[in-house]
Amino acid sequence: MATTNDVDLGAPAVIADNVHIHYKTFASGKAAGNSRNILRRQRGVRVVRAVRGVSFVVREGESIGVIGHNGSGKSTLMRAIAGLQAPAQGTVYASSRPALLGVNAALLAELSGEKNVILGSLALGHSIAEAQESYKDIVEFSGLGEFIDMPMKTYSSGMSARLRFSIAVSRDHRILLVDEALAVGDRDFKRKSEKRIRDLRERAGTVFLVSHSMSSIRETCNRVLWIDHGELKMDGDPDEVIDAYQAHH
Amino acid sequence: MTDTDLARLARESGLERVGARPPLGEYLVSVWKRRAFIYTMARYRVQASVEENRLGLGWIVLKPILNALLYGFIFGVIMPSDTRPDNFIAFLVAGVFVFEYFSKAFGMGSRAIVGDAALVRSLNFPRMLLPVSLITRHVMEMVPMMVVLGVILVIVGEPITWWWLMSIPVLAVMTMFNLGVALVVARLTVHLRDVSQIIPLITRLFFYASGIFYSLELVIDDPKLLKLAQLNPVHDFIALIRGYMVSGNPVTGFMWWVAIISAVVMLTFGVWFFWKAEERYGHD
Repeated sequence: MATTNDVDLGAPAVIADNVHIHYKTFASGKAAGNSRNILRRQRGVRVVRAVRGVSFVVREGESIGVIGHNGSGKSTLMRAIAGLQAPAQGTVYASSRPALLGVNAALLAELSGEKNVILGSLALGHSIAEAQESYKDIVEFSGLGEFIDMPMKTYSSGMSARLRFSIAVSRDHRILLVDEALAVGDRDFKRKSEKRIRDLRERAGTVFLVSHSMSSIRETCNRVLWIDHGELKMDGDPDEVIDAYQAHH
Repeated sequence: MTDTDLARLARESGLERVGARPPLGEYLVSVWKRRAFIYTMARYRVQASVEENRLGLGWIVLKPILNALLYGFIFGVIMPSDTRPDNFIAFLVAGVFVFEYFSKAFGMGSRAIVGDAALVRSLNFPRMLLPVSLITRHVMEMVPMMVVLGVILVIVGEPITWWWLMSIPVLAVMTMFNLGVALVVARLTVHLRDVSQIIPLITRLFFYASGIFYSLELVIDDPKLLKLAQLNPVHDFIALIRGYMVSGNPVTGFMWWVAIISAVVMLTFGVWFFWKAEERYGHD
């Protein structure tokens, strides 16, 4: 097992440099968006510091488990690594554009799984021919069968997550962020996807896996980050970090 | 930002900042490269709206027809007849159809980003694809609308002329204007959701100010006020379409100037304004 400071690993793939991420919310809990001027004086706006000064260097071929209790800022951190959430302070660097795979609902709910697959692929800059080529692999891997022709709003959360995962792994992402997406699949799908992640890592790709399933993390990751209240509490060998995390709870 | 060790390591390893907004030229190239997405999404959305309702595509043309009927009935009865040109039905229907093209871009443009939040949150792509795809969809829907408009004009006794073809360049210029408007409201709504509450009000204002059920020239006596009203680009798009398709409505060079200048200014500003906030879309 590789350890954190093993310089013999590949070149750096992702660097987080003192990343802070803030949310503005209304005290009632309704998100206020990021309106800058007009809402500044509004009462009830509260800034949530979801991530507070996280730094790490991840190298090619590493697969990183990310653990922490609910609300610790894991998912927010993943969104920042994917470039979907701008840090309030600090910077995320990456060797290529990371792809995030989350559990949020459908992409375009009123469209079928098939159309979502095609559009997702085109949005990422592929040609129609490439999109249609990968379409078959995606459908086969997802195991959705005839459901692929139904609108995504009719999908169960498990089906939706399977489709997303299949879209994400169908292409050769150099950096893949998997946020809880494996938890919703059934046993077969879970095994299949864990294998895909290991394959990807062997091809010197980099994988981040957010999960509450410690067995999943032990099986697929060679390094674990423990995020606690927005801070990086521990970073190292999976067994060590997971043992410390479980002892803490 | 201070040059930390990690920043130096990132630079030395050739890593790039994630989520950085590319320069405008590069950004537009990346949008152009994804034109297949723009077209495909527009087509899927049209198909979905067709499948959802029993009348399907019919609603795209039926809605403005019903609107025209309603306004024709109300304003044909209550407005004094000296505010109306002779062929009022042709005049009104052309106005309502062209106005519908603008109001869709304005109204739905405000939902272009917030309405597809799930997509914006899960995939990284130039966000401008969404408003551009929306306008592409409207262009697709405009084709059957123009056919229906032509049919209605013939029914009410307007002659078909080669001038009708001039509606194509007019609508092309108007599409540029609409895209600029959609880009601006798409961003504004991201900052402030309340904008979408005001939009129906502004739409209503434009509706009354653009001379759809009355002729600006017949109603406004003050020449300065008339000039001001004619500076409203929406009015000029409508006036140009009427000028080429409905008899008795002369086209002036002034209309073309307002149309073209407003379209170029609106589109240029819209592209720049939307691009400036590229890093902020979907952060909530």
